[in-house]
Amino acid sequence: MTFEEKNHLAYGLTSLIVLVIYLVWLIGAIQDSPVQDIGYLRALLWAFGVGIGLNIVGGVIASASNPREADKKDIRDRDINRRGDAVGFYVFSVAATGPLILAMVGADQFWIANSLYVAYALTAVVGSAVKLAAYRRGP
Amino acid sequence: MVKPTKVTNSIRSLRFANGEMTQAELADRVDVTRQTIIAIEQGRYSPSLEMAFQIARVFGVPLDEIFQYPHIERETS
Repeated sequence: MTFEEKNHLAYGLTSLIVLVIYLVWLIGAIQDSPVQDIGYLRALLWAFGVGIGLNIVGGVIASASNPREADKKDIRDRDINRRGDAVGFYVFSVAATGPLILAMVGADQFWIANSLYVAYALTAVVGSAVKLAAYRRGP
Repeated sequence: MVKPTKVTNSIRSLRFANGEMTQAELADRVDVTRQTIIAIEQGRYSPSLEMAFQIARVFGVPLDEIFQYPHIERETS
């Protein structure tokens, strides 16, 4: 597994784990109280922060496991990256219509912010999965 | 579903014919990762034209001695 592949794996996994934990917390909070009373902003910022932090830690672990290839990136890595980013763009384009429609109909900020976060996280997870699949099967 | 490339190659046999060159050695000489050489050998990745020429130069053979593309008859209507 190349350094780049490990990096994508770390990014996809951390994005997925943080998304699932946040959604579990959010669904629990929605069942307990009205959305206007849920202090989601702090939790959402934590989710972003923890996601970024875990991704950095994942990158450090990936470098430490194979320091010789830590800075090596070739044309195949760039091809795969481009393909994953292109698919991620399509996923985000579709997923972002949710918050857009919510904003147009004047929905609560709670729903707009959270659906936008889900769109970001889905883009990260799907983009990483496409890149990992391309490493295994070919771009 | 990603289709495997139709381009086949003789890199593996050429490596063995050239003093049992390792994939890592070839990767270093072409300046790519070993995984890229593995992917090319297994037909999971078609190299760019430039990389193909670099590989051919390492072995000192013409391009079509390394890479082959099957001839497919076009159907005429």
